[in-house]
Amino acid sequence: MDVRTSIVWDYAPAPESTDHVRLRDDYGLFIGGEFRAPQDGRREPTINPATEEPIAQIAYAGEADLRAAIDAARAAQPAWAALPGRERAKYLFRIARLIQERARELAVVETMDGGKPLRESRDIDIPLAAAHFFHYAGWADKLSYGVGGRAVAPMGVVGQIVPWNFPLLMAAWKLAPALACGNTAILKPAETTPLTALLLAEICQEAELPPGVVAILPGDGVTGAALVRSEGIDKLAFTGSTAVGRGIQAALAGREVGLTLELGGKSANIVFEDAAIDQAVEGIVNGIFFNQGHVCCAGSRLFIQESVADEVTSKLWDRMGRLRVGDPLDKNTDVGAINSAEQLQRIEALVSAGEQEGAVRRSIACDVPDRGYWFAPTLFTDVSPAHRVAVEEIFGPVVSVLTFRTQAEAIEKANNSRYGLAAGIWTDKGAKAFEVASALQAGVVWQNTYNHFDPTAAFGGYKESGFGREGGPAGLRPYLRVS
Amino acid sequence: MSERLAVRKTYKLWIGGAFVRSESGRHDRAGDFNIPRASRKDVRDAVAAARKAFGPWSARTAYNRGQILYRAAEALESRASDLGEPREVEQAIDVLLHYAGWTDKIAPVLGGVNPVAAPFLSFSLPEPTGVVGVIAPDAPPLLGLVAEIAPALAAGNTVVAILSDTAPLGGLDLAEALGVSDVPGGVVNLLSGRRSELAPALGAHRDLNAIVDASGDADLGAELDRLASETIKRTRHGAAATTYDEAVADALSRLESVTELKTAWHPIGA
Repeated sequence: MDVRTSIVWDYAPAPESTDHVRLRDDYGLFIGGEFRAPQDGRREPTINPATEEPIAQIAYAGEADLRAAIDAARAAQPAWAALPGRERAKYLFRIARLIQERARELAVVETMDGGKPLRESRDIDIPLAAAHFFHYAGWADKLSYGVGGRAVAPMGVVGQIVPWNFPLLMAAWKLAPALACGNTAILKPAETTPLTALLLAEICQEAELPPGVVAILPGDGVTGAALVRSEGIDKLAFTGSTAVGRGIQAALAGREVGLTLELGGKSANIVFEDAAIDQAVEGIVNGIFFNQGHVCCAGSRLFIQESVADEVTSKLWDRMGRLRVGDPLDKNTDVGAINSAEQLQRIEALVSAGEQEGAVRRSIACDVPDRGYWFAPTLFTDVSPAHRVAVEEIFGPVVSVLTFRTQAEAIEKANNSRYGLAAGIWTDKGAKAFEVASALQAGVVWQNTYNHFDPTAAFGGYKESGFGREGGPAGLRPYLRVS
Repeated sequence: MSERLAVRKTYKLWIGGAFVRSESGRHDRAGDFNIPRASRKDVRDAVAAARKAFGPWSARTAYNRGQILYRAAEALESRASDLGEPREVEQAIDVLLHYAGWTDKIAPVLGGVNPVAAPFLSFSLPEPTGVVGVIAPDAPPLLGLVAEIAPALAAGNTVVAILSDTAPLGGLDLAEALGVSDVPGGVVNLLSGRRSELAPALGAHRDLNAIVDASGDADLGAELDRLASETIKRTRHGAAATTYDEAVADALSRLESVTELKTAWHPIGA
């Protein structure tokens, strides 16, 4: 008789140390190159979504604070724009370098404040943020090359509102091109994730960026709305939900304010029968469970060709069972905490709607900490294209599986969405991949990969996923007046 | 108490990442210093080193090459007082920074998708030409040299440069600054000696892909053109850049002269 018992191998905890993080107890508003107490704003805690414990007190900007920031930005703008491009470049190079030097601290703070796995903040968010500053530093003295040789001038003072899913990275996407082009900027980080933007303000100080060139104004939707309504901005860039983006476009109607919107998505990830299946499964997992699915371009609608649907679904479910959900600071964690209680409720509500409408739900079994906001990676099958989980953006670790028979059907179903941010195509046939790619109404199409980002590659949406592009020379255009 | 006696510096060639004397054992006098007088054999060694370094250097991502050139600019800044006249050194550093920023912008500016009248995805992308020979000008010694090698490096080429006969120290000091940066060995090779001896040897080398001549010497230029025809080398002749603006105003032309354009076709559908 075989007396051996099966051994269950597991990972020992591997928490990242927070020793080197030196956060203040409270943070003011970064206006005119210095941290200031709010004039008419208030203070709110920012909490760690993995523990529900407060990390620091954050000043929220009020109307008077916003006016002060706009005045400082307006005052600083002519001199900033008048600097030779190569001198503006040097400031951006400095910022890039300082982000690299403080990378570990930034990664830990990003994970504490937002709940994303340290592996992602350390390997993706922070290095890409530095890379964006490097890339746009290099554009600062080459602007006309980026817009077909046309004469260029900055927009002026720009307002920028960024989301909570990639806090520092989105701040970099916004600030780097704006500053390279000679604008001054007022950045509002998201309510739940202000900390790395405030550390970036410290970095601006260390880089000796002239006062007023960058303002960081934390706040909630009220602060954001005030920034949109304010008379003092020449351009507004927003990344966030389609609902809020729609409100911003309406609010700016009839005003001479440049606008770019990077909004929601319900992106199709299409697996053809001739795909390398195991590679596709990894890509599906990366496409939807990366950053807890808090990704505007998440591959949340999974289209699998019928002939391989059972195989892919079964392998996907097996793979999902090995995802490690839990402490975001643990270096082995794949899926961290949901960013906020509010977002958790939104995910739960949509998932319940999916069950009520008749889709079959499977969530992986996982032990999660007692406190904090968690949602187990979830797979929906028997989904009809009209189900809410196939139509609405969930912004969580939830994938809906749909099937198709022909390429034409895949394209039609993938395009049957009011969104058009991204798409994935899995096939070993290059000719097919390019044909499908050209038929998809999406701003980014990944072939045999997913959720790949690079400062040189334009990112942005079709349809209700917004307009304007970030990254590469296309990312300069929204921040320039060209003639 | 006696005065402290200075420790004098021995200048060397920079070949394959190593600081070496000329294999010929010859030297020349430049000011208070002995400088090596490279031989044609040193030229051949330098081209071989540059060829060896070309594969890995060109295979690096554009971002990584940009980082390395930025780091090189940092190294120059920290040794600025060694490198020459301050105003010239500052401009040379800024030129290096300018081209560090080009590494990941050459492709979008010089390349593109071709709207061919058939179901194909056709795109043309710039690639480095290979090993680039540089004939440095006599003045300004540092800025004039950096203006020629920086575009070649940014585009992904490796370089063998013949320094000025009359003002080689800026280049030899540059070698020492680059030698402590992240620039991999063999990516830049700097040789002092007699231009009349070395430039034709470099220009005649069959494993050189392009020659960039900033000597301002029309006779030498014509000879280099004739030599280039043997293996169809790319050639560029230009006056020495004497200011930052002159070194960057024609940045694209400098980059084009050391790049190839590759067109790839891929079927769509079918």
